[in-house]
Amino acid sequence: MFDWLLIPGLGSVLAGTAILGFLCGTLGTFTVLRKQSLLGDSISHACLPGIILSFLIFNSKESWVLMAGAVVFGTLASLVVLAITKYSRVKEDSALAITLSVFFGFGLMLLTWVQRRPDASQAGLARFLFGQAATLLDRDVYLLAAIALPCLACVLLFWKQFQLLSFDRSFALSLGINVSFFEILLSILLVLVIVAGLETVGVVLMSALLVAPPVAARQWTNKLGMMTFLAGLFGAISGIAGAIISNLGKTSIPTGPVIVLFISAVVLLSILFAPARGIVWQFLKQWKESGILQLDSVLSNLCNLAKEHSGKQLGHSIAMLKEISSQPAGVSKSISKLREMALVFEVEKGFFIPTKKGETYLLNKTSQMGGSQ
Amino acid sequence: MTQAQLEIQLLAMATSIACSLCGVFLVLRRMTLLSDAISHTVLIGIVLAFFLTGDLSSPWLLVGATLAGVLTVIMVETLQRTGVVREDAAIGLVFPALFSIAVLLISVYSRNVHLDMDAVLVGKIAFTPLPSRRLELWGYDFGPKSLALMIAIIFINLGFILLFFKELKVSTFDPAFSKAMGFTPYYIHLGLVLCVSTTAVASFDAVGSILVVALMSAPAATAYLLTDKLSKMLVWSCATGIASAVGGYWLAHFLDASISGSMATVAGFLFTIAFIFAPKRGLFSQWQLAKMRNRKFKLVLLLVHLTQHEDTMREGEECNIENLHLHLRWDDYISRSIAFQAIDEGCAIDSNKVLKLTPRGRALALESLQLGTNLT
Repeated sequence: MFDWLLIPGLGSVLAGTAILGFLCGTLGTFTVLRKQSLLGDSISHACLPGIILSFLIFNSKESWVLMAGAVVFGTLASLVVLAITKYSRVKEDSALAITLSVFFGFGLMLLTWVQRRPDASQAGLARFLFGQAATLLDRDVYLLAAIALPCLACVLLFWKQFQLLSFDRSFALSLGINVSFFEILLSILLVLVIVAGLETVGVVLMSALLVAPPVAARQWTNKLGMMTFLAGLFGAISGIAGAIISNLGKTSIPTGPVIVLFISAVVLLSILFAPARGIVWQFLKQWKESGILQLDSVLSNLCNLAKEHSGKQLGHSIAMLKEISSQPAGVSKSISKLREMALVFEVEKGFFIPTKKGETYLLNKTSQMGGSQ
Repeated sequence: MTQAQLEIQLLAMATSIACSLCGVFLVLRRMTLLSDAISHTVLIGIVLAFFLTGDLSSPWLLVGATLAGVLTVIMVETLQRTGVVREDAAIGLVFPALFSIAVLLISVYSRNVHLDMDAVLVGKIAFTPLPSRRLELWGYDFGPKSLALMIAIIFINLGFILLFFKELKVSTFDPAFSKAMGFTPYYIHLGLVLCVSTTAVASFDAVGSILVVALMSAPAATAYLLTDKLSKMLVWSCATGIASAVGGYWLAHFLDASISGSMATVAGFLFTIAFIFAPKRGLFSQWQLAKMRNRKFKLVLLLVHLTQHEDTMREGEECNIENLHLHLRWDDYISRSIAFQAIDEGCAIDSNKVLKLTPRGRALALESLQLGTNLT
């Protein structure tokens, strides 16, 4: 059953994806909070021309040489997005889309030009697009760790500044913090993380790894520290789980998509079931409250009717209450519930009056409402 | 130019026009990134439809892909409406997940089938003139199939835009007003999403998924920098799209590189030109405008300075061209050039190096002073 543990090289794959997942989750937290979730997508596509140009210039396929080119173009792309939104009326979404597609197209042109094979399939391109986590070697893990440590150290060191930047940029400015410096630093860290991950999970899935863990973590906590840690944890867990699941079957399946699907499932569960923010709990709470509201309104209607018709009529029928209720369908159910609570009394068959207890209950409710206002 | 070259260029142009038309509304409604999401998720529609029909050339693939695009948008909006996820994050969650499912399905179930991932991303416009991809009816050759399809898409988009032009315009620029007028912006929105999805699917075959994004965003954004009128923006967008198509084709021809990549590069280049040189909105004209305003402000400041010292004892000292820079605290060359501008525009005259206000200059200074007191 645990045969998969013996697959040669799985250790380094697990370590690599775990480090990458943790790193993406932590830095993704800041991009998601700053409403820049799709910046990662743009940057990761924009790295393609950088990789090819550095291959052309240095004529080397060493991963760190290609990575350096990718970092330069990734940073350039984030600056281009910033410039377009700052100096023209083109909005951020268009700026991101243009940067993403034009840089990528340019990269594609260079790639086909290098290989002199117009519109043909390229092994290198496939690797860039989808990554190859299964081929992670010890060497790659060391490189990942070498990128991860300074990035995480930066986050810890400038925690206060990044926190301010994520929640209240203008307050940060008023405190005299060099906001643009820290914004660019954050972008550079993001670029580094993306470039580190490209080889493992590829372009498309990189952006998911930056967005999904923070969104999942956000559902569980309101504290930034906890959120960052949880996002990292979720990222690391999905990295490990993805690597294991993709090696489980007889024929191995690509690791990147499995990681993304795993973290997507975590997000879905968090959005549905996280305490306080979870949709299911919110829905239940709403449902319960609307039941109580209905109960109160039926009781109050009955009290009003009894007051108006005191002496003329002993009780009031459900049909009568339905007539004046905003939600007639629930009236009979509310009446039977009220009878159980001994707040109304059936004087004759089908006719009801409020009890003393019912009147005091209603009085308490109204004074509570008055008090809270 | 051979017939094959002509046909490839025609297809590139048709694709650009179809994308540019949709792109205008995407850019204006800040929905451009949905095209990115849609162009990725159509893959899952294609894959599922392929599993159902078992035929790569079945028209159901197009239907499946279009539906997948619409489904993506609906999923993003549902996620957003829960209130726990913002729009950008919602897009970033939905499309990678759907795309991952598609990639996994391909890798697990269709190892033996030719569903080429690279062709999906890069497109196969270069294969357009191949004999197997021609539309032949009643023994006549009607050109490449993909060209016929693309022209049909242009007509669908154009028809939608012309038919609902007023509704699109109102719901784009003032959604609340359009709701009040009873235009049901949601149906217009859905119609637009359907158009974008169909266009993305059809273009996808020709230029590949990521370059659909380029053709939907760059020409429309270029047009957005050139004009303020919706109808003109549509025309400019198409024109930029066509220029990118033709320019891209020849660039690819000379470099012997990917056509779709070159088209995106040219589209980006045209956007850059507009970003820098567009009249009124470009960087260059904004810089010039700022410079002009600065000079205009300094001129008024000089005139006000002159009114303060007009007919006083110190007039000869304060209003002397040689000394102006000391009193106004400007650089010497700036104060001289502003003084000459004042003389040129007939706001002051030079009498023995001392500036004297003309009635016109006095009126200008008083007007701006008046404006100042009114403001405070």
